[in-house]
Amino acid sequence: MAHPPLTDDELIALYGPHLNEAPPGGWDAGLVIDKVVNTHCCFCGQQCGIKLKVHDNAVVGFEPWYEFPFNQGKLCPKGVKRYLQGSHPDRLLHPMVRDESAAGGFRQVTWDQALDQVVTEIRRIQAAYGDDAFAMLSGVSLTNEKSYLVGKFARLALHTANLDYNGRYCMVSAGAGNKKALGVDRAPNPWSDIPLADVVWIAGSNVAETFPITTGYIWRARDRGAKLIVQDPRVVPLARTADLFLPVRPGTDSALFGAVLHTIIKRDWLDHDFIKDHTLGFDEAAAAVADMTPAWAADITGVPAARIEEAAELWGTSATGMLLHARGIEQHTKGVDNVLAAINLGLATGKFGKPGSGVSTITGQGNGQCGREHGHKCDQLPGNRDITNPEHRAAVAKVWACDESEIPGKGLPAQEIIEAIHAGEIKGLLSICFNPVVSAPDVNFTREALDKLEFYAVIDFFLSESAQHADVVLPGSLHEEDDGTATSGEGRIIKINAAVTPPGEARRDWEILLDIAERLGKREYFPYTNTEQIFDELCRASSGGLADYTGATWQRIEDEMGLFWPIPEVGHPGTPRLFEGGKFHHPDGKARFHAVPFKPSAEVVDDEYPILLTTGRVVSQYLSGTQTRRIAALVAQYPEPLCEIHPLLADSLGIADGDLVTVTSRRGTMTVPAHVVNTIRPDTVFIPYHWPGGKAANQLTNRAVDPISKMPEFKVAAVRLERAIGRGATIDERDLGVTEGST
Amino acid sequence: MSFGIDDNPVFVIDQSRCIGCEACVQACAECGTHRGQSLIHLERVDRATTTQTAPMVCMHCEDPTCAHVCPADAIKQTEDGIVQSASKPRCIGCSNCVLACPFGVPKYVADFDQMMKCDMCYDRTSEGLAPMCASVCPSDALWYGTIEQFNDTRRGSLFRDFMFGRQQVRTKVYTVVDDTADGPLDVASGRSGSWLDDPFGLDESGGKS
Repeated sequence: MAHPPLTDDELIALYGPHLNEAPPGGWDAGLVIDKVVNTHCCFCGQQCGIKLKVHDNAVVGFEPWYEFPFNQGKLCPKGVKRYLQGSHPDRLLHPMVRDESAAGGFRQVTWDQALDQVVTEIRRIQAAYGDDAFAMLSGVSLTNEKSYLVGKFARLALHTANLDYNGRYCMVSAGAGNKKALGVDRAPNPWSDIPLADVVWIAGSNVAETFPITTGYIWRARDRGAKLIVQDPRVVPLARTADLFLPVRPGTDSALFGAVLHTIIKRDWLDHDFIKDHTLGFDEAAAAVADMTPAWAADITGVPAARIEEAAELWGTSATGMLLHARGIEQHTKGVDNVLAAINLGLATGKFGKPGSGVSTITGQGNGQCGREHGHKCDQLPGNRDITNPEHRAAVAKVWACDESEIPGKGLPAQEIIEAIHAGEIKGLLSICFNPVVSAPDVNFTREALDKLEFYAVIDFFLSESAQHADVVLPGSLHEEDDGTATSGEGRIIKINAAVTPPGEARRDWEILLDIAERLGKREYFPYTNTEQIFDELCRASSGGLADYTGATWQRIEDEMGLFWPIPEVGHPGTPRLFEGGKFHHPDGKARFHAVPFKPSAEVVDDEYPILLTTGRVVSQYLSGTQTRRIAALVAQYPEPLCEIHPLLADSLGIADGDLVTVTSRRGTMTVPAHVVNTIRPDTVFIPYHWPGGKAANQLTNRAVDPISKMPEFKVAAVRLERAIGRGATIDERDLGVTEGST
Repeated sequence: MSFGIDDNPVFVIDQSRCIGCEACVQACAECGTHRGQSLIHLERVDRATTTQTAPMVCMHCEDPTCAHVCPADAIKQTEDGIVQSASKPRCIGCSNCVLACPFGVPKYVADFDQMMKCDMCYDRTSEGLAPMCASVCPSDALWYGTIEQFNDTRRGSLFRDFMFGRQQVRTKVYTVVDDTADGPLDVASGRSGSWLDDPFGLDESGGKS
């Protein structure tokens, strides 16, 4: 029975989100800065360098880190205000257990009591229902060291197959597509290649709000004369000045890519030598698009045929080009297809393995790259090895000094873990860095699932909406409270430096996992006294794998301001650009085209649900908002979800800007203010997903997953809209703290 | 990035690059002497029809209108041409400057009962550091560097002579135009001849999409 012990309002009153407005002591405290620590932002996969200012073991401000090459001091508003998550009134300072008789619904206990209860429940559940009935869910805001440790901990300490991670909701379609087509899952290019491209194509990525630093790279290409193509259902801020805008209907990206390939073949803008020497499967891919004419695709995608032909010409006739894609094409039941169709365009025109050329995902989460490399996934072992491959298992067992048979087999992916909990097959759960009550599709179902758990333990630094369901809450560490590394979206391993120690009784996450392992009698597998030892073991365990960190050391990463893997031997300089000379990472060195026929989304519109809903992010919030909904300045920028509606659709439903509107899907319903803007397709509405409870856009989204990547279809749901009673503020009306005059 | 005494870095605004993220506004509040108060703001031009936004830092006029109209002589200009925010002991909160500024920059801030505006992060720029907003701006819509650096790396022409009716205003801060020889833009001309006239292809598809 893992339901929250108090009402939502009571929980919020006690555990937040409260809004942190100023550094400790207020703005006028005049704090003396004890030290300035070079580290990175804790949020997205861009992993911008930042300097944190420290006073009396508290992070109290930031300074731009101009010397770090990726962002040269630049930051988005989340990076600017990230330091306010420290010294936060909501911070969990003590272990707690659920106690409905206690005033706060949770009772403070000692670490021994909390950990003993966790281990007692793990043992009870595994004895009664089998080892795999206890699952673990993790996340990729964790460092490389912690991601690797979680993978080993789940297999050797918990001895469960059922470990998966929140990248399942983020990057897995890209990862699966990359491995199938290119033989390796990493961005093919360092970001410094973007300014060298003659055409930049942004497909399904609102980079201005989700990867703001990337906009500077795109502008540097445009300063050289590059053309910009933006493919999106919305005229997102970057699209406003694009040379070509492809207003694609949600769920139809593969038809658009197919028609572009069709046109490139028809006009013979192919790189025949590249196709012959470095690829397999072109004929099958070509056959699949034989009938995908621009006119056919115009009907399906809503993109005028002339614009599809123009995109094909820009891409097909440019010597260099970068196609960057993100969740917009990936969070679909055909996300892998979409990625493969995009890669086909790069292979057909020889746009890989040279400066300014590549087809690449933009990794979403902070450590989304490494977090999907070293055994954090249900089917994976370190070095991006396959947990079902006997040779791979043996290689990792050797490093782990365990018998190969001790490593469990392939487990369930995240969404299937939640389904199995709901079905009563998984009875216990330990989660860290994952807030599925906000971020999973169909959150009403997710909440029901958590309520069915016999036991749920959470490691977190705030009482997230998911942690409210926990039986035991273990206070863990913030990004700035531990040393480690992360691997950014461009494949650059970077150094995360601790600025402060955890407050109160909170502990570093890895120390908590080691203590649980010890109580489970498995401490011998985890002989670490610091996280550098974990990194060194990660490098050894990755050696010879696809994601090879052999030559990486903390010292080199710090000295060289990052290292790009693969680094297959000691002293190797690293590999900023993959596939040079057309050498791909499949054993035969060749990339694979894939035949991608068009398939409809899991849910299509009908008379009952006639409008498409797509979801996404806003610039001032990050993922489930556990951190950013607690920072006043970020909340002020975009306080609550709005539903973007085109005026044609709004007029047809009698909805004006600011009217409350009820949005209903087959899963749920929510009421939000309408934001009437002509920057969105008239058949589509958009709601950002960062909020919990009645404000959760994921009440509406669909649990259907991609058959290969198991990615849910966050980007397409069928809904209906009705005007509701009342009005809400849309962003233009909000008081930004200044007035135009005193009168 | 820091600048020496002979570098003469300039501040450049290219509104076309603005992505509306407000990193500038958030970072302004973090500048050492600003103490949590942002002295710049971001305008949403007309969100119903466009995502165009415009970050408004002070343009630092050579001959500042705000200072001319201030009855309390509260707005001072430094020798290097920075127009300071209102001097706290002198400002009477009358908002003459708010009304008179041709660029709409100064704001009356009720919490402090005074005018506050961009001081070009004087504590940073006087030490050779870039202002906070131009340091963090992800898209280089706000940019700080030398004119040579700009001309070597950026497209567009620098521009700083504005006409407001019969008042000519020269500013220390530059903006970017395609070509200074093009003359004034007719912003009300209607159709642009690009996809922007019909982003979703409604005309081409007969309203089907």
